[in-house]
Amino acid sequence: MGEIVAGCIAPHPPHVVYADNPPQNEPNSEGGWETLRWGYAKLANKLKTLDYDALVIFTPHWQTYIGTHFLGLPHFKSKSVDPVFPNLFQFNYDLGVDVELSRAMHDAAKDAGMVTMMMENQDFRIDYGTIVSAHMLNRDWDKPIVPISSNRSRHYYSVEVMNEQARALGRACRKAILESDKRVVLVSTHSLSHRHFTTEPPIPEDMSKQHIYNHSNYVWDMKLIDLMREGKMQEVIDLMPEFTEQTMAETDSGSISWMMEALGMPDYPAEIYGYQSVIGTGNVVAAWDPNPETREVVL
Amino acid sequence: MSESPICFGLYVPPQPHPLLVPEQNEGWGQLRSAFDTARQRIEESDADLILVYSTTWPSVIGHQIQAHPEPEWTHVDDDFHFLGSMPYKFKMDSDFAHGYNENCGERGLHSRTIAYDGFPIDTGSVVALKLLNPDNRIPACIVSSNVYSNRAESIVLGKAARDTLQQQGKKAVVVVVATLSNRMFTEHIEPKDDRIHSAKDEEWNQKIMEFFGQGRLEDLSQLSREIHGQIRVQKVVAYKPVWWMAATMGQSNNYKGEVLAYAALHGSGGAVIQLTPTAGSIGDKEFDEDDVEVYSGDRDVLDKGMN
Repeated sequence: MGEIVAGCIAPHPPHVVYADNPPQNEPNSEGGWETLRWGYAKLANKLKTLDYDALVIFTPHWQTYIGTHFLGLPHFKSKSVDPVFPNLFQFNYDLGVDVELSRAMHDAAKDAGMVTMMMENQDFRIDYGTIVSAHMLNRDWDKPIVPISSNRSRHYYSVEVMNEQARALGRACRKAILESDKRVVLVSTHSLSHRHFTTEPPIPEDMSKQHIYNHSNYVWDMKLIDLMREGKMQEVIDLMPEFTEQTMAETDSGSISWMMEALGMPDYPAEIYGYQSVIGTGNVVAAWDPNPETREVVL
Repeated sequence: MSESPICFGLYVPPQPHPLLVPEQNEGWGQLRSAFDTARQRIEESDADLILVYSTTWPSVIGHQIQAHPEPEWTHVDDDFHFLGSMPYKFKMDSDFAHGYNENCGERGLHSRTIAYDGFPIDTGSVVALKLLNPDNRIPACIVSSNVYSNRAESIVLGKAARDTLQQQGKKAVVVVVATLSNRMFTEHIEPKDDRIHSAKDEEWNQKIMEFFGQGRLEDLSQLSREIHGQIRVQKVVAYKPVWWMAATMGQSNNYKGEVLAYAALHGSGGAVIQLTPTAGSIGDKEFDEDDVEVYSGDRDVLDKGMN
């Protein structure tokens, strides 16, 4: 029987990879965004102690309008250049996909009445949201991943519809995982508040220029993080439509709603690893550990 | 009056169906034929440049302008990956891109050129350039659509493009890549079953094409906010392509319009439309929305009146 061993919020501004200077990324930096990167490093260390088979990543940067798509090929090797921050992110990747698990989740979602598709074009380029979060959580790239596209039902209908559809997808994915023999880590990759500055300093990693876009977004971000600390995830999901509207949040992708439903709507505290602004957006690194014996109070 | 730097303008759809599978649906085939007609007209023109504004290239940090002299990749669409891959190698006018970038700065815009191997050129730009300029006979330039920009910024972005054409003494075919109504079906459909998503979308598409057909570009520019509210899925803050098109080509109704084809593309409204500058005008309206020469940024209304 399969198991979900952890769920993570793992934001994907390419800045954190750029700041880390891994050999796969072509641009070089003088660092930056340490609060996020150190938090990521601590969470990655924790994941090293867990026994798991795959990272299942729900990404806002594989945007689909015709249902939810899953990767259906075992291996992708190419280069990802961020369309928004190409100066920061030109990442050469070579990654494996757990197609068996991907197809199982696809089938479960389809059986539950959702519109789904397997992506089987070998020229397909993996989005940078998937790559940034996967890299920061597992720099060794020694685990296969299962990316899931973000169906943009928020745009076509409403935040409320997005929330409900993402939760239904979460239930289907949970069923597929539990019926498999896989132990997985779920990854919900997104910022919280998501209003960007539209200019960039000459030195992108100039930390004197980094702050939240406005105070309202900061207050909302803190409200959500407080609820996460208190284990009130049902309340977070109930607030999701208003939070998303008020802060232009990247939760409009449905990823956190998906993950919370797949985790069984945690009523235990989240592990908070760090919060920092990246070009105006609010980003938290957090995790939910269902096992009370290994669950930590981090920050 | 100086000679217009614009040979003509084209409004074309971004979806890959006319490029990859035109034979699967009669309307997609008609769009493909219209692309072919437009390609031939570009070849017969004296254009020095194909200047593309693509609504499927979103940017956040100001406005991005493609300056790589020969971008090359194999592109796959996020939704329509099953239709096939789109290998491309384009020829870009880097001088124009750098000049455009400088003129954006002169007019108060934040912009930058993009020249990175493997940069993901968007589906709409790939479709347009592969169909309109398959042999790279004419160099191109592509400019992004900033997700936060609104009317003032889009107008000024167009004027900076026109400045650059005039400064460099180049004549351009202006290509706007956008649908009319943009609501697609949210489930798979058989190609034979494709149709415009709703009667309302169809009605508005017909009205927009009537205006285009009469050459009423400025009228459409002034209607952009209404169009956004009526038939655009609210992915971005506004329907901007006609603002940019009018500012680049000239903010008037002095055009000869021709709708070469119109068909549904998975429910959205796809049209290939040509606008050619003429002396005559049409319409009976004057407008009071400000014309904008220089972008001066956000007005910071939230922080005013607090003391």
